[in-house]
Amino acid sequence: MITREPDYFEPPLNPFGQFGRKILLSCRGAGRALLTLAEAIVFVRFMFSRRNRHEVVYQMFVTGIKSLGVITVVGLFTGMILALQTGLELRRFGQEVNIGTAVTVSLVREMGPFMTALIIAASVGSAIAAQLGTMTVSDEIAALEVMSINPVRMLVMPRLVALAVMMPILAVYTNVLGSTGGALVGWTQLGVSLRAYYDNAIQYVTNKDLYVGLFKSVVFGIIINTVACHQGFSATEGAVGVGQATRRTVIISFLTILVCGYIITRLFYS
Amino acid sequence: MSLIRFERVSKRLGGRTVLDGLDLTVQKGETFALLGSSGSGKSVTLKHIIRLMTPDEGRVWVGGDCVSEARGRELERIRRRFGVLFQNAALLQWLTVEQNVALPLLEKTPLSEAEAFARARERLAALGLEDARNKYPADLSGGMQKRVGLARAIIMDPEIILYDEPTSGLDPVTSRTIDRLIEDLRQRLGVTSVVVTHDLHSALAIATRIGVIHQGRIVEIAAPRDFIRSRNEIVRDFLEAQYITRRGAWEESDRHET
Ligand SMILES: Nc1ncnc2c1ncn2[C@@H]1O[C@H](COP(=O)(O)OP(=O)(O)OP(=O)(O)O)[C@@H](O)[C@H]1O
Ligand SMILES: [Mg+2]
Repeated sequence: MITREPDYFEPPLNPFGQFGRKILLSCRGAGRALLTLAEAIVFVRFMFSRRNRHEVVYQMFVTGIKSLGVITVVGLFTGMILALQTGLELRRFGQEVNIGTAVTVSLVREMGPFMTALIIAASVGSAIAAQLGTMTVSDEIAALEVMSINPVRMLVMPRLVALAVMMPILAVYTNVLGSTGGALVGWTQLGVSLRAYYDNAIQYVTNKDLYVGLFKSVVFGIIINTVACHQGFSATEGAVGVGQATRRTVIISFLTILVCGYIITRLFYS
Repeated sequence: MSLIRFERVSKRLGGRTVLDGLDLTVQKGETFALLGSSGSGKSVTLKHIIRLMTPDEGRVWVGGDCVSEARGRELERIRRRFGVLFQNAALLQWLTVEQNVALPLLEKTPLSEAEAFARARERLAALGLEDARNKYPADLSGGMQKRVGLARAIIMDPEIILYDEPTSGLDPVTSRTIDRLIEDLRQRLGVTSVVVTHDLHSALAIATRIGVIHQGRIVEIAAPRDFIRSRNEIVRDFLEAQYITRRGAWEESDRHET
């Protein structure tokens, strides 16, 4: 059951008690979030059924298409900044032609998935938390459960599918745009021809870089969905609680994305 | 025959005892009205019946099933017997009125979309909402939302219906429409209802029995006609507050009788 009764604890006796309780409650929260994720994964096989497909497509639209604008700008400028920074350093050694590699490799491996994840966490993730949080505090989730309509199937699964599918696509889009931005800076500011830039980039980017980057963005998508849905469902106390759930979603998913990004890099490149 | 039974149910919420050894029995086929001041635990009581809350102590029975210990499929089977109108209607905001009402049919029955929507429209018409069917809940008044919630609660033809303040926020004329609907469901289909309300007039009109909850317990249960003669202080306060009786009126009539 998603609908839970609010917890109430006697105020703790000392700061240690308070700290310990916080840790225990976070562990419990993480456990619940993972259980919800597991349940949503079980429901993924119903994604094409009559009841679900409409919502799945709609969520893909919201996640993918509606974020394109901001991702375009962020992607372009990330590439441009990378090119400018590394280009100025490389020029000292007369190596500015290598910005192609520098920009593209760091984008494909790390920056593309990472920047996309941050934007999606802040926009789509917080929106999910706010929506589910509002539904929770106004008894809508309870109403669904009383009608024996599983909120995980109806609400979490479509968002999970949408995020897991759209994130890698958006990451590729960021990579392409970032790389283009880098090329533009290289061409206009550093005198590297577009041809040289692309030859240089293609030469050093491996398939492995691409696959690991895509894998990362799938993981990031799942993280955002899990955190946002869990926070939404655990919202209490009206509008204030919804605000808190939204804020926590952004913070927790940022931190988790950072840490998981490092772990995945470590696993594949050492 | 008793259909819903609370056995010494206690519940603490937010560090406060809300239900304190509550005993309550609702008979099959009756309309039970639950009265109580704001914050006395009426909504909490309703939530126990469908296991949105679990008692700290005691049990809640629906027919022969102990809801307070049911889980999974068993709980789903018990919940399927219920229709519930929540205090704030609890409609899904991204669906239109018609889609909200048809949702249980689409999700839980093999009916085609056309059939489901036709049935939804029928129920909406009965509640005077046919014009609102393509609107979104946010564009409706509170009273209209409540009626949509009611239409959704009865769309699956449940055996037991729980109403949390069905007439609050409605004008008197519409309130009576709702009263008639509840009465009609009982007479025609033998539906059992539990109605939480502040509206004593409607309770007196539709209930077969009225119960008053105070400090976590039922302090009075009586049929409407005995209810207005109750000597219980809390009940008297209620009656006087809604101008159904006048303070001191009963002492006078007592004097006349003797
Ligand atoms: N989720 C909750 N968390 C903490 N306390 C709660 C919760 N739900 C109810 N309570 C407390 O339980 C008490 C009874 O609440 P309930 O909603 O049942 O009142 P009510 O009788 O329905 O009142 P109203 O007529 O205003 O709807 C209140 O004091 C409320 O503070
Ligand atoms: Mg209430």
